[in-house]
Amino acid sequence: MSEQKNLLSLRNIHKAFGGVIAIQDFSLDLKAGEIVALVGDNGAGKSTLIKIISGVYTPTSGDIELDGEAISFRDASTARAKGIEVVYQDLALADQQPVFMNMFLGRELTKPPFGLLDKQRMREESQQLVDELDVRIPSAASTISELSGGQRQGIAIARATHWASKLVLLDEPTAALGVAETARVEDQIAKLKEKNLAILIISHSLDQVFKLSDRICVLRRGKQIGVRETKNTDKNEIVSMITGVA
Amino acid sequence: MVVYIGFIAIFLFFAVTLYDDGFLTQRNLTNILLQTAPATIMAIGLVFALSAGEIDLSFGSIVAVSALTVAVVLQDYPLIVGVAAGLGVGVAIGALNGVLVAYLKLPSFLVTLATMGLFAGIARSMTDLRSVPVMNETFTGIFGSGKLFSLPSLVIWTAIGVGVGHLVYRQTRFGAHVLATGDNPRAALVTGIKVARIRLYVLMISGFTAGMAGLLYAGRLQAAKYTLGESDLMTVIAAVIVGGTALNGGKGSIIGALLGSLLMGMLNNGLILMNLRVSDQMIVRGLIILLAVAVSLRDSKR
Repeated sequence: MSEQKNLLSLRNIHKAFGGVIAIQDFSLDLKAGEIVALVGDNGAGKSTLIKIISGVYTPTSGDIELDGEAISFRDASTARAKGIEVVYQDLALADQQPVFMNMFLGRELTKPPFGLLDKQRMREESQQLVDELDVRIPSAASTISELSGGQRQGIAIARATHWASKLVLLDEPTAALGVAETARVEDQIAKLKEKNLAILIISHSLDQVFKLSDRICVLRRGKQIGVRETKNTDKNEIVSMITGVA
Repeated sequence: MVVYIGFIAIFLFFAVTLYDDGFLTQRNLTNILLQTAPATIMAIGLVFALSAGEIDLSFGSIVAVSALTVAVVLQDYPLIVGVAAGLGVGVAIGALNGVLVAYLKLPSFLVTLATMGLFAGIARSMTDLRSVPVMNETFTGIFGSGKLFSLPSLVIWTAIGVGVGHLVYRQTRFGAHVLATGDNPRAALVTGIKVARIRLYVLMISGFTAGMAGLLYAGRLQAAKYTLGESDLMTVIAAVIVGGTALNGGKGSIIGALLGSLLMGMLNNGLILMNLRVSDQMIVRGLIILLAVAVSLRDSKR
């Protein structure tokens, strides 16, 4: 197999809020089918970076290339239209609505001739999606509030992968989950690789980072400390990069 | 759902206790339907507003302004102009509420509390507290006493309102976006739903249904007065809540609102047939509404 092209390229990204520098000279390439973990202490700039890639923030300077094409997102919906989806820390699910309506939130399917909702198709497609990722829920018609934390996380991930054609950003996907549920969600994330999506994951758990990622990118106070191949590094090195203590 | 049980329970209770007073006569039951028509129409609009996480307290005042507008305009202009003016005023006040809430980000409770007082005052000053007769017989036929295939027009309007309302609420993308906005505005926003626009639209819908209710009042009573809609606030909110719509958004039912509204209508009717004094009626009604709302909210938490 020949060397794969970069799906997403960040070049010298710089972001300042007034006088406060949040991200300084950040560069990273992501390939399809690759999981890159973004680690760093609180306030290191991980979430800011996710927001820049997903179009919520515009970088002060620097270039973003998607599929070799220079892009600048005006807002989150333009990034979505380009195939970039985010799984937010709070999941962004509407709790009192059924699973299938959440799966298609803002992009509901309709049927002719009157453009009414095609609930049956949304239910069926949702069921298929959750089955594919092995998210075990009673049914696609279940209300979100009836589900456990792990099941909700599974729904949020299934939604993102359904709509993402290129890149999925995961912000602390297992922070609120128990041990068994974390393992299930990790399996689901691992499956995303098979779909040939690029994945950028923020996590505080180094165990998880080492289990899932191909490469690890370390941030400290908005500075990019370095990127390591996961198989060529160890926890000690990463911890010292995060903390700055050798 | 509680509203079905409550509906049947109150119906049976009055059917037995008020049998000799004529509760079950076709005439009395039809009367209940006719009297609840404006409240049901208002309830439909309120379901949309509440489901999107907003509230409208001003609809009672909109009813009065709209009814008076129709009555005054019909004195000099043809039917269509009067109807357009009455509904237009309702939508315009709803849009005023909506812009203040959606784009100036003021809480709808306070905005509509203020516009409730504002337009109650405007209704009073419009005709110096005088009642305005509606002489246009086509109008009073279509919006009041007329019939089509032996069905009273007010019943037809109720059916159309509930039918269209239910369809839009349950089967369209707009309805889904209303529910999502009330349920989790952040989730709605990040999935591309235009949350501010939804907030504007639901308050415009509530203004429109209040305007329609004003037309129905003016048609049935063949006159308009500033007091129209004044006493509907509590009844309509109670009807909607009893009907299973959540006060804080994300959940609701148009059919439930219809049943809730009919339930309130039966209650009014039954208490009058019981020959209670007005003061006692108010007390009993207040207590029953309190009970009904408490039971439905408990029910919906499960």
